[in-house]
Amino acid sequence: MTPQSQFTVVAPVRAGREDALRKLLASMTSQPGVADPCNSLLPFGQFGQLHFARLVLLKDPTLGDIEAYGLPRPQWPVYLAFVGDCDGPARKCLAELAGRAAPGLCAIFEHCADFNGPLLPWMLAHDQPIAASYVNWEGRTVVQIREESALQQALAVKVNRTPVAYPADAQQRRRELIAYVLSEQAAGRLPLTLPPPTPLRWRLAQIANAIFVSLVGVIALPFFIVLLPFLVIQLRRLETTDPEICPPPDPAALLELQQIEDYDVTNQYTALGSVKPGWFRLGLLTLVLVAIQFASRHVFTRGYLARVQTIHFARWVFLDGKTRVMFTSNYDGGHQAYMDDFINKVAWGLNIVFSNGLGWPRTDWLITRGARRELPFKLYQRRHQLPTQVWYKAYPGLTLIDLTRNARIRQGLEQSRMSDGEALAWLRLL
Amino acid sequence: MAEAPVKAPVAGTTVELDDIQGLVRFAYKHHTEAMFLLLRIRDPGAARAWFAHVAVTTARTLDPVPITALQVAVTSEGLRALGVRDGIIEAFSPEFVSGMAGDMSRSRRLGDQGANDPSRWLWGAANRMPHVAVLLYALPGRLGELQQSVEAQLQTGFELIQRLGTSDMGGIEHFGFVDGISQPELDWQRQRPARDATQAAYQTLSCLGEFLLGYPNEYGLYTTRPLVDPSGDSLAILPRAEDAPESSDLGRNGTYLVIRQLRQDVYMFWQALDRYAGGAASTREHLASAMVGRRLNGAPLVKAEAPSPASGPGAPQAALNDFNYLSDPLGTCCPLGAHIRRSNPRNADLPPGGAGIVSLLMRTLGFNAGARELDFVASTRFHRLLRRGREYGVAVTPAQVLAGQPVPGERGLQFICLGANIQRQFEFVQSAWIMNAKFDGMRDEADPLLGNRLPTAAGMSTDCFSLPQFNGPHERLTGLPQFVTVLGGAYFFLPGIRALRFLSGAHA
Repeated sequence: MTPQSQFTVVAPVRAGREDALRKLLASMTSQPGVADPCNSLLPFGQFGQLHFARLVLLKDPTLGDIEAYGLPRPQWPVYLAFVGDCDGPARKCLAELAGRAAPGLCAIFEHCADFNGPLLPWMLAHDQPIAASYVNWEGRTVVQIREESALQQALAVKVNRTPVAYPADAQQRRRELIAYVLSEQAAGRLPLTLPPPTPLRWRLAQIANAIFVSLVGVIALPFFIVLLPFLVIQLRRLETTDPEICPPPDPAALLELQQIEDYDVTNQYTALGSVKPGWFRLGLLTLVLVAIQFASRHVFTRGYLARVQTIHFARWVFLDGKTRVMFTSNYDGGHQAYMDDFINKVAWGLNIVFSNGLGWPRTDWLITRGARRELPFKLYQRRHQLPTQVWYKAYPGLTLIDLTRNARIRQGLEQSRMSDGEALAWLRLL
Repeated sequence: MAEAPVKAPVAGTTVELDDIQGLVRFAYKHHTEAMFLLLRIRDPGAARAWFAHVAVTTARTLDPVPITALQVAVTSEGLRALGVRDGIIEAFSPEFVSGMAGDMSRSRRLGDQGANDPSRWLWGAANRMPHVAVLLYALPGRLGELQQSVEAQLQTGFELIQRLGTSDMGGIEHFGFVDGISQPELDWQRQRPARDATQAAYQTLSCLGEFLLGYPNEYGLYTTRPLVDPSGDSLAILPRAEDAPESSDLGRNGTYLVIRQLRQDVYMFWQALDRYAGGAASTREHLASAMVGRRLNGAPLVKAEAPSPASGPGAPQAALNDFNYLSDPLGTCCPLGAHIRRSNPRNADLPPGGAGIVSLLMRTLGFNAGARELDFVASTRFHRLLRRGREYGVAVTPAQVLAGQPVPGERGLQFICLGANIQRQFEFVQSAWIMNAKFDGMRDEADPLLGNRLPTAAGMSTDCFSLPQFNGPHERLTGLPQFVTVLGGAYFFLPGIRALRFLSGAHA
C-alpha cells in the first residue's frame, strides 16, 4: 500500500506582482478556476501520483475583524499557496515537480517576495507543517483509481444485463467476466497493478504515533479532568461574549466563488480566517486539531469522516505564528449541498474546530448551535472562502462513491471464491 | 389605502390568515381555470396605486369558496421599479435579488444550459424579465370576465409581457401521470416547537417558517428578510417581527414564489419509451412508471403503509403518499433515480437504526457501515417544495402519440413552488437532487424526466436511466432524449397583504 501525503507551499507575493500573478494563473485554466491538465506551465496531468492540486492566493478580506476585540488589524501580505495531495512522500512529489516543471514553477514563484532558487530547496523550505489532514481512503492511489475506473467501464459495457434465472447463474456470469478481463490483460489492456508493499518506515511511524499520542493523552487525562471545571467556565464565558461576525460576503466576491464552481462533480474549497485571540482558543484549537489528526490517521481511513462521505482530501494549516488558519478541501457535489450536508450531519464537528475561529456563529457547550444556525453559518463560511485560482483533480467525473464502488468491483473480480448471493451483489455493482 | 388594516398586531402564536395570500394555504383546486399575467411596470405611480387597492384573496377559509382569486407577486427588479429602496431589496435573499437567470453559475447549477439556456427563454431574462406576476384563478367559466377586468385595471401602470395560460387536466400531467400528490403539510396551528431537534422519522408536517417568512423554520430559526425601522412605516401598516419586536417585518406572512415554464415533449417521451420497450405496451408503461416512481394512476412503486380508514377526508391521498424508501434501499421497486425519489427522498435526519444511545452514537459518528450506505442523502425536511403548478396546452394521450396522430400546439407545466428559502429549497432540490448525475450514489444520470442530457465538462454522460434489479446488474436505458425544456422562469416575492400595501406606498 502506498500512503498518501500532502504539501502546502506558502510564500508571500512580491509587492506589485499580484495582478501579473493572477494573469499567469488564469492562463493555466481551461474553465474558470479549473486547471488545464496539459497547461504548459505546470502540466499536472503528467504527474501520475498527484490526486489534487491547487494554486491559490491567500488574500484575507476579514483581517479587520479582529478590531472587534479592540486589537489592531494585522498587516499580513498576500500569500501564494501551492497545495497538493499525492501518493507517496510529498517530498518526492515536489522533487519530481521541480525536476520536470522547473521553468513553469519558477515563472510562478518568481512572483513571490523571497523566491531565490534553486527551486526544490525553496519549495521544501516553504512547505508548511500541516496541523491536521484528512485522506478519504488511505492507500488508494491515482493509478488504482484510474485502472479501476477503466475496469468498471469495460465491465459495464460487457456485462449481460438480463436478470439471472437462478442465483447460481450469477457465478457463471462472474466467471465469464473474469475470463474476459484476463483475456484483455493478456492483450495488454485493463491493467490492474498490484499495490506495492507498505513502506516499513511508514508503518512503524503509524504505530509509534498511535502509541505516543495515546500515551500523552493518558498522562494528560488526570490533569485535564482536574482542570475541566475551570476550562468549562472559561469556555462558557468566551462563548457568551465572543463577538459573532457574520455579515453577508461582498456580492462580487461571492459571484467570483460561484463562477469557478460546478464544472465537475467535485469542487474545491479554500478558506482562511483568524484564530480568536487569547491562549484558551489557540490551545483548544491546537488540541482539537491534534485529535482530528489522530482520528483521521488511525480511525477515519476508510471512506468516511463521521457521517461525511464526500471529502477526498482536507487539511488545516496554521499560518503567521498560529494567528491564522487555512482550510482546504476537495468535496463531491455542489457547494450548497456540501454546506447543507455539513449542517445536517456534522455541525457538532464543525463547531468543535471552527468555533475557535474569529466571528463564528455563537455555539453552546462547544458543539450545539454554531453551524446549526444555518444562515449566519452560510454567510460566515462564504465570507471566509477564497477563490481558488487553479484547481486540479486527477480523475474528473468520479466521486468517492464511484471510487469505493470501483474498488469493490475489482475486489470481487480478484476474490477467489464467492457465494451465489455475493456474486449477485457483485453483479449489481456493475 | 382604504383596505389596509391600520394596527400593529402583537406577535403571538396565532397565524394571521387575513394577511397571507391564499396560495400558501390553498391550491385552488375548485378554481379549475387559471391565468398568470407577467407584467413590467410602465408607470410606477399607477403601479403603486394598483398595489394599494387591489383585492388579494387571503388564506382565510371562505364558505362558499370565492368565485375568483387573485394573487400578486413581485421580482426584485419589480421592487426596484416600484421605487423600493436598495437597502430593503438587499435584505431579501441573495437568490431573489440576483434572479433565476441572474448569472451563469446559477444557470449551471440549475441545469439551465443548452436548450434550457436563459438566452433562449420566452421570458425571465434580459428585457423579458417580469416585474410583477398576477395570478388569476376562477371557478369554471368565470376566468374570462376576471381576466378582462384585471387586464383593464393593469393597463395604465403595467405592460403585459406574457400570459401564461393553463388548462385543467383533472390533476393529470401531460405525460399521463396523476400529479401533485406529495406536498408538505404546514403547521398552521404552530404545534411544532420552534427548536432545533433531530427528527428520527420522515414526516410531512413542516414548520410554518419553511414556507412563510417571519416564523421559525425547521431549525427553529427565522429566515433573514427585510426588517424595517418602524419610523419608516409611518402608517404603521407592517406587523412587528417576532424575533426582533423593535422592527417592522416586511417579510412576515410573505414567501418566495418560483415560476418555471416547462415545455413537455409528450411525443418524444412516449415514442422514446416505445423504442426502449420494443413496442411492448406493458414494458413501455413499466419503464415510464419507473422513471416517475409512480404508476399512471399515482400509486407509488414502493408500497404505501396500510392506508388509514377510507372514511376520513384525505384518506385516498394518504394511500398514495404514506410511504418512504426504507424498504427499498437498492431501488429494485422504485429506482433510485426515479423522479419522485429524487425530488423527495423521504428520509429522516439520521439513517435508520436502533433506538438505543449506542446505535445513535454509532450512526452519528459514521461507524455503522450499513447506515452509511443509506446516508448519501439525508434530512429531506429542509428541502421541501410547496407546489402550486398548473398544466398548460392541449392534452395529448399516449394512444394519440403512438398512433402518430398529431395534436397541434405546445404543452407543459407552469411549475410553481413556494418556499421561504429559495437556495435551500428550490435550488437545492433542482441542483443537488434533480440535475445531479451522482444523486444517491449513482454514476451518470440526471433526472429521467427533467434532465437536460448535457454531458458534464469532463465529458461524462448524464442521459442514462438505471433500473436496479435484484437478480442482476441494473437495466440501463442510455441516450435519453430531452423531454422537458425550460422556456422561462423567475423568482418572485409573494408578500403578505400588509407588506403589499406597504410596498405600494412611496415611503418604502
